[in-house]
Amino acid sequence: MKRLIAKNGWTLGLVALLIALFIFTRLIQPGFGASGLESLSRATLPFAFATAAMAVVVIAGGIDLSVASMMAVAGVTAAVLMDGASDAMAVPLVLLVLGIGLAMGALNGALIVMTRVPDIVVTLAMLFVWEGVALLILKAPGGAAVPWVREMIVGTVLFPWLPKAFVVLVIALAVVWVPIRRSNLGLSIYAIGSDERAAYRSGIAIGRTRIAAYAICGLFAAMGGLSLTLSTGNGEPIPGPYLMASVAAVVLGGVVLGGGRGALLGPIIAVFILRLVRMDLTLLSVDPNVTTIVEGSIMVAVVMLGGILAVRAGRVKTA
Amino acid sequence: MTSTTEQTPPLRRIARFLGDNPMIPLVVLLLVLVGLLEFMRPGIVNERWVGNTIKFAIPLAMLAACQTLTMLTGGIDLSASVAATITAFVMATQVPIVGVPLAILIGLIPAVLIGLANGFGVAVCRVHPLIMTLGTGLIGTGCLQVYQRFVIATGSVVPDGLAWLGTGRTWDAPNSLLLFVPFAALIVWGQRRTGFGRLLYALGSNEKAARISGVRSWQVFLALYVLSGLIAGVAGLLYVGLIKAPSLSLVNPLLLPSIAAAVIGGTSIFGGRGGYGGTILGALILTVLGTLLTLLQMPEGARRILFGAIILAVTTVYIRLTDQS
Repeated sequence: MKRLIAKNGWTLGLVALLIALFIFTRLIQPGFGASGLESLSRATLPFAFATAAMAVVVIAGGIDLSVASMMAVAGVTAAVLMDGASDAMAVPLVLLVLGIGLAMGALNGALIVMTRVPDIVVTLAMLFVWEGVALLILKAPGGAAVPWVREMIVGTVLFPWLPKAFVVLVIALAVVWVPIRRSNLGLSIYAIGSDERAAYRSGIAIGRTRIAAYAICGLFAAMGGLSLTLSTGNGEPIPGPYLMASVAAVVLGGVVLGGGRGALLGPIIAVFILRLVRMDLTLLSVDPNVTTIVEGSIMVAVVMLGGILAVRAGRVKTA
Repeated sequence: MTSTTEQTPPLRRIARFLGDNPMIPLVVLLLVLVGLLEFMRPGIVNERWVGNTIKFAIPLAMLAACQTLTMLTGGIDLSASVAATITAFVMATQVPIVGVPLAILIGLIPAVLIGLANGFGVAVCRVHPLIMTLGTGLIGTGCLQVYQRFVIATGSVVPDGLAWLGTGRTWDAPNSLLLFVPFAALIVWGQRRTGFGRLLYALGSNEKAARISGVRSWQVFLALYVLSGLIAGVAGLLYVGLIKAPSLSLVNPLLLPSIAAAVIGGTSIFGGRGGYGGTILGALILTVLGTLLTLLQMPEGARRILFGAIILAVTTVYIRLTDQS
């Protein structure tokens, strides 16, 4: 028991922080209840997928700056294809969009492996490329989403306090990540993140693992873009602020920039914390622009803290 | 691209020669693009066109100076466009209240503050410059939106002096050269001949070695990002003189090309290699390329794809070249 707490101390701390924030929300807004949870989950969904996408590549020792742009591509593709599509067509269309996400991510990874250019530069270039692709698909916000698929993330299920969006998030993450985490691939992803040379010497195919990690990242990004289109009902070609938010949530979630350590659970809790802070600021009727400043400052403070911690850890390691 | 990796000595020699003299292929590329333009629309290349191209390339080249200097240390400044926009907007809205000289001074303060924040994050907290400057850029945009609501009634004025500097011309030569030529000379001289410039190269090529040799890297980083913010602010002032309509996203479209200009100009995004001379050529190339793409009626999306592809392709080639030497 003690070891379990020590091992998951960071995550438990995050849970405590999240609960404290919920209590705080309840205090400033006594009416906060099931509907509040529902809107929080729905607003968090795209951010949570973006964070999951970022977390996978960061664990693998990389970073993907094109997450938000890939979300935009997936979102506009879904909106354009679903515009006027029949109910039955929706399922293959969703699968197609997820496939496109997988392909985009795999292309990012393949370019990194083939060109030998550092990931941060490749994905910066791809950020522009995917942004351009999204703009080519859809010049201005438009398209539509099939109504019954939209219903998938709106409202609650089973219990009045259990939002559908939250269930979708848990199922999607579990279906994709848990089997990978348990398999050789998951082990390889952690291995190349913690020490690439050691991983190479133990016979891990570095290039293939890296491409797989980026492909999973693309898949999660596509889910994020899809959920964005579903919650707004149209496609938006200009990427939102998901890049910065996902990096901040990953760092806050206990995944070390540099790779090899952390899990998906921490970042997901962190993303809920960050969204709840924003919601509280809105409930306190703070000007939305000021909210953006506060949110940005929190995120920058988090990455700065993460940086200092990383420097400390590095010193301990070398000492 | 693959040809340079082959083990054939002549090709290798050419590759090394071009690697040592990156200006030559750039000049050739610029001339080819101009020739292509003249071929597509005969008569377009005249004195007036050259003047206009230079006029639009100068703010881009100044913003690209921020990228060049930060890239020399292996960094980047994604908040440069925001800093430039804030300076231009604050200056234009303060002119009716406090007059021109003071307004320019007030406008430059936020740019320096953004630079200070970047420098602090990069130097002390060791955050990757890309993430740090992205974050400060977001915060800066938020602050600008809040600021805008306080000054909505005052209106904005672009001072005549800046408009003269930005758009005017004397004997067919744009007046902005008056600001740019000394600026460029100062940057080129500064990076080649001053201690600060050499420290940038030293930190970029091997930070650990530089530290062991006694370089206080945090001071250099702090000064560098403040300088970058200041340059961005001045570029914003010049750009608003050219566009004459301050807005909340004035300089943002120049961010992407400014990075591309530095990369095309031969500055390595990993630090330690490159210089401002190439960046100026890169800015000219991109401006001509922009005219060409407009002539071809290429949509905005395709332009962005092209810029991304250029950055990736050029970096790949540089990696191959440096791998050999």
